[in-house]
Amino acid sequence: MLYSSFRFNNGFSLNQYKTIFLSDYILQSFANSIWLSLVSACLALIIAIFASYAIYTYSEKVRERILIIINLTSNFSGVPLAFAFIIILGNSGLITLFVQFMGWDWNFNLYSWSGLLLIYIYFQLPLAIMLIYPVFYGIQKEMKDAAMMLGASNAYFWRKIGVPIIWPALAGTLTILFANAMGAYASAYALTGSGYNLTAIRIGALLSGDIFAQPELASAIAVLLGAVMIVGMLISEWMTKKMRKDANL
Amino acid sequence: MKFIRWIPLTFVGLYLAIPLLATVVYAFSTSWNHTVFPEGLTLKWILTLFQDKEFLLAFGRSVLLSAGAVLLSVILVVPAICVIILYFPQYEKWVKAIIVMIYSFPGIILSVGLLKFYSVTVIPLVAVVVGVYCVIILPYLYQGTKNSLMTINGRQLMDAAELLGANKWYSFRKILMPSIYPGLFVATLLSFSILFGEFVLINLIVGSKFKTLQVFLVEQLNTSGHLASAVVFIYVLLMAILTFSVMQLSTRMKGANAK
Repeated sequence: MLYSSFRFNNGFSLNQYKTIFLSDYILQSFANSIWLSLVSACLALIIAIFASYAIYTYSEKVRERILIIINLTSNFSGVPLAFAFIIILGNSGLITLFVQFMGWDWNFNLYSWSGLLLIYIYFQLPLAIMLIYPVFYGIQKEMKDAAMMLGASNAYFWRKIGVPIIWPALAGTLTILFANAMGAYASAYALTGSGYNLTAIRIGALLSGDIFAQPELASAIAVLLGAVMIVGMLISEWMTKKMRKDANL
Repeated sequence: MKFIRWIPLTFVGLYLAIPLLATVVYAFSTSWNHTVFPEGLTLKWILTLFQDKEFLLAFGRSVLLSAGAVLLSVILVVPAICVIILYFPQYEKWVKAIIVMIYSFPGIILSVGLLKFYSVTVIPLVAVVVGVYCVIILPYLYQGTKNSLMTINGRQLMDAAELLGANKWYSFRKILMPSIYPGLFVATLLSFSILFGEFVLINLIVGSKFKTLQVFLVEQLNTSGHLASAVVFIYVLLMAILTFSVMQLSTRMKGANAK
């Protein structure tokens, strides 16, 4: 793939990359993808932290049941998921009709950025909860009791002990979620066809030849997409290390 | 502090449940385009679906493809994993490296490389997809096999069997396989459900030449919403059955281990 991305008219060339960087359209797809992935990953992570903490406070039996449901919904992604959202929020969807029925003024377009964001959060949430949930086991109750005995308040405990302990796991989870969203193709494809400009959609369109197939250009975009993910991983690793150093001081 | 317990959970629960439930209700409703609640309930869509040859074929293809890949993995990959874990633990780091690579290459990037490489060879693209599927499920099979081998002390079991005069192949077949079977079974169910929902690779690499359930669903989306939701309903039902059997089996295994 790397090799093919440097090919142009049977010779070595940087032409494909030049095309990418000169094309506002492809650059915009990268911007859209990165922004959408980042926002959906952060939101899913924040919700997942609260939800996991809430799950953690319940008894073993209830916890297991909640996890079964979450496990089930984690399989509900891709094309079926996009379809479900069309049913509830599409042009004649359940909630859309309800809002019209109530006579509220509400301009929500599922086939846009905010619609995609909702769907992305949906498939990120179960994954995020399953990744975050075990982290709370790492904070044993004894630690909290000990800190309380030494006079720490609840907020102080979380700021000085809890958060530094779970921070590396949070950063790692964020990276996974980010990569997960960057590589997601099925939901967006099923929802908007090639309508909304995302990197994964662009690659798919160039490959299958919705306009005309350009596998070399697709390769080059795929290489860049991979590079974006690697950069994301490096940033999270660097931040984790920095946090650790700060904690040591 | 009580609200911290239930507000996030209610929110997540509703968020996750509403699309799922709406789809299921839609699959059973006569018409639901202008009202907030469905106008009536019917089994028509599900029945139509089961008379639709295209659907049955697509369903069959999906099962064939996923089950084929899982079966192939169990026959070829699992013994290899066993040998590596039991006799060559120094190579395990390579397996782990492969697993990290699998996770970091999403289907959309993978398909570009695969298409580029295999479209010029004589290997049929469906076979390529089966091959990739075998690779995709490797992490699950590896973890499942490894956990099972750890709990039964695989290496000692093999050594003991050989000491008693069984050859390696015999002890693998008669002793190791039956004892890791439950763990392996859970892993295969999980792998199957993951492959069953796969869309990117099959759509981009093979496309409409080999219509699986997912590809069929995308086509239905543009024609009939009710039929599409019936497809989703059956898909969700299948996933639910798989998930629950996995859960049931793993809790039973936990119980057995505790004894």
